[in-house]
Amino acid sequence: MELAAVTTIKEPATSDPAGEKPVEKPLLKLQASNVNFFYGSYQALHGISLDIRERRITALIGPSGCGKSTFLRALNRISETIRQTRIEGRITLDGIDIQSLDVTNLRRRVGMVFQRPNPFPKSIFDNVAYGVRINGLDKRLPLKEIVERSLHRAALWDEVKDKLNDSALALSGGQQQRLCIARALAVDPEVLLLDEPCSSLDPIATAKIEDLLFNLKDQCTIVIVTHNMQQAARIADETGFFLMGKLIEFDRTEVMFKKPSKQETEDYITGRFG
Amino acid sequence: MRHFAVELEELNQALLAMGALVESSIHCSVQALVNRDERMARRVIEDEIRINQMELDIDARVTRLLALNQPVAGDLRLLIIALKINTDLERMGDLAVNIAERAISLAKVPLVKPLIDTPRMASLVEDMLHNSLDSFVKRDAALAATVLPADDEVDSIRDNIYSELLEVMQSNPTVVPSAIHLMFVARNLERIADHTTNIAEDVIFLVRGIDIRHPAAQKL
Repeated sequence: MELAAVTTIKEPATSDPAGEKPVEKPLLKLQASNVNFFYGSYQALHGISLDIRERRITALIGPSGCGKSTFLRALNRISETIRQTRIEGRITLDGIDIQSLDVTNLRRRVGMVFQRPNPFPKSIFDNVAYGVRINGLDKRLPLKEIVERSLHRAALWDEVKDKLNDSALALSGGQQQRLCIARALAVDPEVLLLDEPCSSLDPIATAKIEDLLFNLKDQCTIVIVTHNMQQAARIADETGFFLMGKLIEFDRTEVMFKKPSKQETEDYITGRFG
Repeated sequence: MRHFAVELEELNQALLAMGALVESSIHCSVQALVNRDERMARRVIEDEIRINQMELDIDARVTRLLALNQPVAGDLRLLIIALKINTDLERMGDLAVNIAERAISLAKVPLVKPLIDTPRMASLVEDMLHNSLDSFVKRDAALAATVLPADDEVDSIRDNIYSELLEVMQSNPTVVPSAIHLMFVARNLERIADHTTNIAEDVIFLVRGIDIRHPAAQKL
């Protein structure tokens, strides 16, 4: 078996200026070790090992079919919903193998937002309240407050506060996507997985989502798959480059876009690929 | 080849053409001084217009490429250093013109002393510039690194020239105007060496992605 790509980021030297107390380093939220993934007999991922740090934005980039979305979907086992798939290796959440966790609970803790906004044909309020209602979670807060807080966190509140009972389908594409993020946030996930969340949005809606993700990272860990390399460069702390099912390089985003260490990465991000 | 890659190559060529013209201007300015050749000095002064045009052209190319292509990695580093090398080359062209103007003044009066150190210094500076441009062409960080220590030798020759000229001025005040011209020539050559060092440092950044300037300041 081939060696897995190097996957633990080397932090630049960090210490507080006075040198009095050690700077708190982010914890590893998700860890993938030597993950292989198969669709039937086709192997889509080869020995992926990758550490995702808590309260950081990790971007996964690479050409279509490189395995980045497959990897993302393996992180909350949503990939299991596809028939005839098989996974090898180990993925842990807070050090615990996700295979040993209850899958519903895992997906509550690790939420997902898809490429196309997919609001339910319900009101704005009911969309956001949906997950909370079916999970029966958080009795401490009234549902109304949870919905309002989630819409605030998704930077949508001001635009919809006067029409919470209107159909979500009447919202613009960018608003619908932020609604889907609000819906995912309503159950207080620890990790948010996003699969090309801005690919169908205009630059203004994209900028709003990016700002929102940037602000959210204080509260949760974000993993985003994107075809838009400038987007990865703008918002991600760390970036991983996938190619043909392998993780070629994983490093701080600044390093990846200033001086990547692998020629394949350089060729891809500078558009000289193929 | 992709359109962007073609434009980057054209930028590369434009920088090299400017480098060649600046190299020639520096060489000719010193030759004009040594050979008391006013015509050659005037050619250097005329060439400055072309160097200035090249500077504007390169700046415009880089601005356009940055605006339209959002370059990253090696492409980004090339565009960043292209702007810097452009400025350094243009400044070197100005300094060559200054040497040429002093050569014209000095050609009208007798030599205050035989020119030995100045041509030696000029030859060293020309080698530095040649190597730094060569390292840019070959993307050779090791060759660029050889340019850096030569700057100390240039500084040392300049100091020798200064003290020698000071003695000459003290012993014969009538030659002070000519001696001052020669002092400025040494100073200009030393400044050219500094700009050459900048180019070598830029090439190291281009190839290796590291900034080796001001090592003491970086430790702060």
